[in-house]
Amino acid sequence: MKGVGAVAEHPKLQGVYSPEEAAQAAREGTVEPLTINLGPQHPSTHGVLRVITTLDGETVLKADPDIGYLHRNWEKIVESWHYPQIVPFSDRNDYLSAIFNEWLVCRAVEEAMGIELTERAQVLRTVFAELNRLVSHQMWFGTYAMDIGAFTPFLYALRDREWAYDLFEKATGARQLYAYFRIGGLRNDVSDAWVQELRDYLDYFEREAYPAYMDLLYNNEIFRVRSEGVGVVPKEVAIAYGASGPMLRASGVRHDIRRVERYGVYDRCDFDIPVGKNGDNLDRATVRMKEMIESIKIIRQCLDMLPEGEVFSPKTPRVIKVPEGDWYVRVESPRGEIGLWLVSTGGLQPYRMKWRAPSFVNLQLLNYMTRGEKIADLIASLGTIDIILGEVDR
Amino acid sequence: MQPEWMAPWLWTLILAVVKTIVVIAFVSLNAAVLIWLERKVSGHMQNRVGPLRVGGPAGILQSVADIIKLLAKEDFVPQRGDRWIWWLAPSVAFAPAFLVFWVLPFGPHLVVEDFNVGLIFITAVTSFTLLSIFMAGWGSNDKYSLIGAMRAGAQLFSYEIPMAMALVAVALATGTLNLTAIVEKQRHMWLIVPQILAFLVFYISSVAELNRTPFDLAEAESELVAGYHTEYSGIRWSMFFFAEYTNLLTSSALAAILFLGGWHGPWLPGWAWLLIKTYLLVFVGMWIRWTLPRVRIDQLMDLGWKFLLPVSLVNIAATGLYLVVVR
Repeated sequence: MKGVGAVAEHPKLQGVYSPEEAAQAAREGTVEPLTINLGPQHPSTHGVLRVITTLDGETVLKADPDIGYLHRNWEKIVESWHYPQIVPFSDRNDYLSAIFNEWLVCRAVEEAMGIELTERAQVLRTVFAELNRLVSHQMWFGTYAMDIGAFTPFLYALRDREWAYDLFEKATGARQLYAYFRIGGLRNDVSDAWVQELRDYLDYFEREAYPAYMDLLYNNEIFRVRSEGVGVVPKEVAIAYGASGPMLRASGVRHDIRRVERYGVYDRCDFDIPVGKNGDNLDRATVRMKEMIESIKIIRQCLDMLPEGEVFSPKTPRVIKVPEGDWYVRVESPRGEIGLWLVSTGGLQPYRMKWRAPSFVNLQLLNYMTRGEKIADLIASLGTIDIILGEVDR
Repeated sequence: MQPEWMAPWLWTLILAVVKTIVVIAFVSLNAAVLIWLERKVSGHMQNRVGPLRVGGPAGILQSVADIIKLLAKEDFVPQRGDRWIWWLAPSVAFAPAFLVFWVLPFGPHLVVEDFNVGLIFITAVTSFTLLSIFMAGWGSNDKYSLIGAMRAGAQLFSYEIPMAMALVAVALATGTLNLTAIVEKQRHMWLIVPQILAFLVFYISSVAELNRTPFDLAEAESELVAGYHTEYSGIRWSMFFFAEYTNLLTSSALAAILFLGGWHGPWLPGWAWLLIKTYLLVFVGMWIRWTLPRVRIDQLMDLGWKFLLPVSLVNIAATGLYLVVVR
């Protein structure tokens, strides 16, 4: 419980009004708090998020995220569906990195039923997941640039995402919501020509696009002063709030599900887990920028070790029936740890499926990060949390 | 020129009307061209091609299509706004942008009104922009607009002063406040060479005065939706748009006149040289806009008060010292 105490005692909160103090100051006439609704329709709330913000001039006194505008009754719906039906539906959870939710559902069912995957399927799953992480981080780069007022990097990010989406389309038939992972393997195999094009894309991104990102935005002086020391989340606070993913790693905790758990072929890949030091917006940006390069490294190693063979395990039963019991599996998505708690009473449908959505958990930190800072920093900090509302509201 | 039978007041009136029409036509045409140019420049900087299909070579008629669209749009009026103030704000925004043109010399005799105190006139008139933004922000009865207007107030006020200080250095170096005379003094050497500091201060301040990225805090899209003109639509909104582009043109033209030698240049006629220099500076402004992120309000104030103002004061002192010691 050390972390929770640190939340209250953290120096950032000293000297900033609490809502009660603000109300008192308003009675005395020294401060006039202004409540403003950022959203649900607003240019930069990344979907339909509403942040009820109390301001003192430009300074944020309180930022209260109001969620639920994208609620689709997700977890209840899947209780009445068969397991293979759930996989494509799970794409819609986090629509910018759909592969990870597919992987999560597949992993849960495969683990429950004891299905062994073929080697090629494992490697290809890792390839697709890392490519999706790369795409998701590109999109984050673009939207964060927009959040701090630079429009052009966004379109560069979209340009580079386009080729990656073409690759996805060639392999899976879809650009964003793939329905590519199946319980027991993959829907179809990829061709050698596709592998070669993927290599070309990685070379292009690493040699041309990535340096352009760095020059255009990351090394920009204005970007630096806007990000440095803004939205600081100390280590203890990040742990206490249950943050995960780049959010947690930027605060200096070297925690990555790809290393903690054994799935895919990550244990055979050589890659780094970038961590930050201060937990400010700059660190979160740095972690994501470095993760792009690490993803490229992982994909290259996977392509080098890609074995021949089937992509769908021949031992997969025709009827997917999960035995009685409960399982918790997790996958490292671009936003953090997605967890799935699967409860089964035996049968074709789950009894309960509970998602642990990283965006939902990370979003809680918004108020802590932005209190006492400027309203422009609120938008920037929201950008570095990198939320997906589909995942927050479910 | 004046016919004998005509009363002097009538002649003055006719002259004024004709001049006004000419200036308005020039300014409007320029704004339309600049809007098209901005679309093209931003498009090419962002891996796009910009407008192509509305007509004319390279979509040059895009601005016409824009204007028709804006005229046809619903004129939304906020119900609880301060109606008169709200109505007047776009006109007040447009007026100073266009008044500055009266004193800009396009050639030795090609100037609408050859003011002796042109520099002072310009600093006085451009300050009116702030008033219109305040009126728009207050009259809209919208929190975003109000925050945007307050930001604009803080911002324009803190950049007006370094800008005026840069102009003081110009006046010191040339010894006149008349723009035509200032250009005349640059016949042998452009003022940017001795007054590079003043030029930089002036240019940064003018970008800040124009409310363009990286200083577009008053209409910061990511946090304030559209800032002070959130509640404006249709033709009223386009008045602000027009004012912005006219301001862009005037400040670039002013920079060209004060620092880049105005109409001086070989071969081509004077007005062509001024337009070339002006459009070059306009392009630089667009280049900056589509490259840089936005600064935060406190960083903006720091830059204005703690950096630009001391620099411009040092520049004035250095210029004065030079005048005293050397001459």
